[in-house]
Amino acid sequence: MSILDKHKILETNATLLLIFSFLVVTIGGLVQIAPLFYLENTIEKVEGMRPYTPLEMAGREVYIREGCYVCHSQMIRPMRDEVERYGHYSLAAESMYDRPFQWGSKRTGPDLARVGGRYSDEWHADHLRDPQSVVPESVMPKYGFLEEKKIDGKYIGDIMATNALLGTPYTDEMIEAAQADFRAQADPDSDYDGLLERYGEDINVRNFDGQPGISEADALIAYLQMLGTLVDFSTFTPDASR
Amino acid sequence: MSKKSQKFEGDPNTTGHEWDGIEEFDNPMPRWWLWTFYATIIWGVLYTIAYPAWPLINGATAGVLGWSTRADVAAEITAVEEANAPINAKLEAADLTAIAEDPELGSYAVSAGSAVFKTWCAQCHGSGAAGAKGYPNLLDDDWLWGGSVEDIHTTVSHGIRNEDSDEARYSEMPAFGRDELLEKEEISQVVNYVMSLSGEPQDASKVEAGSVVFADNCASCHMEDGTGDRAQGAPNLADAIWLYGGDYATLTETVSNSRYGVMPAWNTRLTEAEIRAVSSYVHQLGGGE
Repeated sequence: MSILDKHKILETNATLLLIFSFLVVTIGGLVQIAPLFYLENTIEKVEGMRPYTPLEMAGREVYIREGCYVCHSQMIRPMRDEVERYGHYSLAAESMYDRPFQWGSKRTGPDLARVGGRYSDEWHADHLRDPQSVVPESVMPKYGFLEEKKIDGKYIGDIMATNALLGTPYTDEMIEAAQADFRAQADPDSDYDGLLERYGEDINVRNFDGQPGISEADALIAYLQMLGTLVDFSTFTPDASR
Repeated sequence: MSKKSQKFEGDPNTTGHEWDGIEEFDNPMPRWWLWTFYATIIWGVLYTIAYPAWPLINGATAGVLGWSTRADVAAEITAVEEANAPINAKLEAADLTAIAEDPELGSYAVSAGSAVFKTWCAQCHGSGAAGAKGYPNLLDDDWLWGGSVEDIHTTVSHGIRNEDSDEARYSEMPAFGRDELLEKEEISQVVNYVMSLSGEPQDASKVEAGSVVFADNCASCHMEDGTGDRAQGAPNLADAIWLYGGDYATLTETVSNSRYGVMPAWNTRLTEAEIRAVSSYVHQLGGGE
């Protein structure tokens, strides 16, 4: 009885077939997925990465809630046309603190991986309110309601604590000061030294939407304005073999 | 119905499977299909030898061809850069005003600049450069900071009122209402005066009082006759061209809360050749000086 004939045992026993199918899929998964966690070329370390500030994290939550990822990707592919339009191609490490990542493959709108600093805050506010006022050919819906919705960052510490649980290096101090840092980043007249000390000197501290108070638009613009700005590509040369 | 097998002479053997008297022939796969199948297996093996494929302990097999996505895109970009290098070097070395006079360089600068403009500038200034409320029209001859090719080059390089470049053009209009520098009535008067400079005021009786308010508060930047000062990016208020709008409500908003238009610095994102190209492009749109 050759080994192929033994296959009949599997074919005529549903439970066995289920168990062995599961085994095959497990092996396939281990070979394809598991190496990504330990292979050196998939976990390239780059300088400049930092966790999101509380305000940026809140903006990211708004981004996800509004389904921005449905039309916007956040991954510049390593192809010349992409690099010329959007800037340096994305590195895996640049989304190391994204849970979940926002890479995406659907581009009704442009890629946003390096949108940070590309436009003024006022442009973002105008554009969220009425995209067609600045880009007439755009099909983006209006998000003016975001600037009406005030937020206080009450729960942002909890979100950060959850991320810390998953491995994002938020310290206890960061989580404790979350709400204070949240307010400080949107108010250039506040005392934001602590924020800069915890997250770095290059944090944007501005009234992002130009309106009094902290709105969801403030958070979203703070998030958009830092996207893709953390790694300094004038000093970083990617290893070509990767 | 007969349960007897309906097998004929020359039929292939059956697989032995049988359902209610229906049996399954054990036909061989068509040869062309089978050989194609074997060929794909061989191709698959060769492919994993030639290209990066198998995970090992620390790394993955690199493939005998040594191919990588990053090297590929780097080579492609380098090839294009090298092809354009001579003319880009010429563009970078040329006197800004001389670019347009050289037919070859001029047409290269304008077409390259047009591509740069559509990629990086059109979102604010419009794909046709006509601008939008708050984002200047680049087609007319009304310039906030100057319309010579050198002025445009400086503006593009360093931007306006941004935090990225120390050489960004900077000025800040006071918020006369929000910061309580002027009374509501005074703002109404000066708005009427400003409207009278280029057209009809909303309330002609306030114009005269407004001219006094203007002379005391506005003339130092916008000049006594309201024609503005490019050194400070103070707009000409007498030419009926408006960045935010020239109606009573918009002007009241502008005087009360001020405006603070920001343009990013582009010298960190674009090469000097690209900045020169886009400056030349904008300069030749119609209003260049």
